[in-house]
Amino acid sequence: MKEIEVNSTTINFGPQHPAAHGVLRLVVELDGEVVERAEPHIGLLHRGTEKLIEYKTYLQAVPYFDRLDYVSPMCQEHAFALATENLLNIEVPERAKYIRVIFAEITRILNHLLNVPAYAADIGAVTPFLWCFEEREKLLEFHEAVSGARFHAAYFRPGGVHQDMPEGMEDRLYKHINTLPKFVDDLEDLLTNNRILRQRSVDIGIISKSEAIEWGCTGPVLRSAGVAWDLRRSQPYDAYDKVNFDVPIGKKGDCFDRYLVRIEEIRQSISIIKQCINQIKPGEIAINDNKITPPKRKQMKKSMESLIHHFKLFTEGYRVPNGETYFAVEAPKGEFGVFLVSDGSSKPYRCKIRAPGFAHLQALDFLSRGHLMADIAAILGSLDIVFGEVDR
Amino acid sequence: MLNQYFFDSFLIPGLIIIAQILAVVVPVLICVAFLVYSERKVLALIQLRRGPNIVGPFGLLQSFADALKLLTKENIIPSGSNKFVFLLAPIITMVLSLAGWAVIPFAPGLVVSDINVGIMYLFAVSSLGVYGVIMAGWASNSKYPFLGALRSAAQMVSYEVSIGFVIITVLLCVGSLNLTKIVEAQQTVWFAIPLLPMFVIFFISALAETNRLPFDLPEDESTLVAGFFTEYSSSSFVLFFLAEYASMILMSSMTVILFMGGWLPPFDIYPLNVVPGIVWFTLKVIFILFLFIWVRATFPRYRYDQLMRLGWKVFLPFSLLWVVVTSGFLVIFDKLPS
Repeated sequence: MKEIEVNSTTINFGPQHPAAHGVLRLVVELDGEVVERAEPHIGLLHRGTEKLIEYKTYLQAVPYFDRLDYVSPMCQEHAFALATENLLNIEVPERAKYIRVIFAEITRILNHLLNVPAYAADIGAVTPFLWCFEEREKLLEFHEAVSGARFHAAYFRPGGVHQDMPEGMEDRLYKHINTLPKFVDDLEDLLTNNRILRQRSVDIGIISKSEAIEWGCTGPVLRSAGVAWDLRRSQPYDAYDKVNFDVPIGKKGDCFDRYLVRIEEIRQSISIIKQCINQIKPGEIAINDNKITPPKRKQMKKSMESLIHHFKLFTEGYRVPNGETYFAVEAPKGEFGVFLVSDGSSKPYRCKIRAPGFAHLQALDFLSRGHLMADIAAILGSLDIVFGEVDR
Repeated sequence: MLNQYFFDSFLIPGLIIIAQILAVVVPVLICVAFLVYSERKVLALIQLRRGPNIVGPFGLLQSFADALKLLTKENIIPSGSNKFVFLLAPIITMVLSLAGWAVIPFAPGLVVSDINVGIMYLFAVSSLGVYGVIMAGWASNSKYPFLGALRSAAQMVSYEVSIGFVIITVLLCVGSLNLTKIVEAQQTVWFAIPLLPMFVIFFISALAETNRLPFDLPEDESTLVAGFFTEYSSSSFVLFFLAEYASMILMSSMTVILFMGGWLPPFDIYPLNVVPGIVWFTLKVIFILFLFIWVRATFPRYRYDQLMRLGWKVFLPFSLLWVVVTSGFLVIFDKLPS
């Protein structure tokens, strides 16, 4: 008998595939149903954000950050705002810090409320997806209330935030946030103790402590592997040093742990938002320096100097002293960092963006090897990849 | 003379048979349309949505609009496909899902063909359903449908084994393969009560048999796009779609006949037993169908190997054990049906 070598099947998973998140193209080599290799092909959503930012003033660069990971816009603005403030060597007022933390945490809840049900939908449970979208919509109303936009907020700006929260919003937010734990309980009723969900996610896509660190994983993926690393705790920025919260960690680093870590992070975010609302006091929401933040509209009508400041700010922008900085925040998906180099002009000389999803996507191949084809969808969902930030 | 003979022995019976077939198939197809509607409506309610509400009052005509839309579309046949088999597959699937209705008794005497091997016939017809799927997957000459078809074949075969044993347990208690006799044997108590574990296994296997969530691997959306009918469009897709829902109703009817006393009222007391049998039958089928939809809204999907493990390592030994237990019980207490 002649021996015949059986070639493995190669399947194109995406970019037009119902389970491929965004525009991911995975070339999957299958031996029967067992994955031998999963090679992510990226770049289908590349927009040259980093290069574009080099031609924009610091203020004009802010909206680009909304459009990176479009599921958690404000956290990315946060990183850019903090990096710029670092170069400018300024500190924002107390109230702005709290507002930023409140909205960074709302963004985290929004992100997890999308990722958790998307993960469930990837393994077949569609109902949580629709439940969470309703909750997301309610939270997005707060986004809209402060910035006028549901997603692309451009709200956190170097020097503070764009405008103060509307009157009475603190109470409304507090009231609404109090209804969220009940919703998370309902969500967990449907998912956490579901035997099928457990069978589909426990021991799937295990990543060990050392592997997670070596592959550059951050955020819930790193924490699920048992590393208690959270930038909000290890190097607190803005008002994070004034609130108490736990950093949930997993034991095994499988898909189920990643799911549980995210659920617990929602609960912690709720508690952070409540503490912030309790501690926040009226005051300035941006630094009182018209060289960096625009003057009030009223002043502009009266004072010539303010008008000149306004004109200069929105034409030339502000000059940032020579230097370079790297500032990272704990975005919902992991460490989101901005590396800024300034040559003293009003535009960044270089802006390098560190997207957590990029590092997670490269781990996909070794996470899915030896698993079944159906597990790829589960692993992909649990890594929480959004192509806006991977391709930049 | 010859004319008279032809008239009496071929034409009249032939017409009667065609009329009987139509009397069953047309209501079944209408039921399918409303099942699709009610599924979308129930799912919508569970998912806090509205569901279809534009076409007709309360969106009642939505399924008809959808069917019309699909039928008027172009039927695309992939160039690499085997055209004959490609078009034959949906026809086979549809025909088989309707053929089973021939032996279903809706009420006493209300059955197209009251044959003595009714349950065997049903079992055979539902087992043949896998051929349509395999042919569709193979003839499409594309990777996703092919993988879907392979999964489907494995899945249907493994769950048929446990369904077989479940049916045997019921047969042991009845002593007949005739569906009408099976219903009549439940006059005192529905088999769902003494044979509860078998009832559960049968329901879950029915989910697997009809490729419904959590066992809808052949059409696993998150990995295989739409599974074995990925390449189908227009009327051939409609046939698959109708067949899936028709066989869902068929499996529910089978569940009702085997375990829930068919057309019999829950208690044989005054206000209940004057209600016509067909009403009870319909209500019970609707209940089972609601369970189908409820399960779909609640559960994630099993993985291929887990489904196999459940079928072969849990259901098969358990149903086999139950066959032994039931027959032992019947022999010891001398309750074997004569």
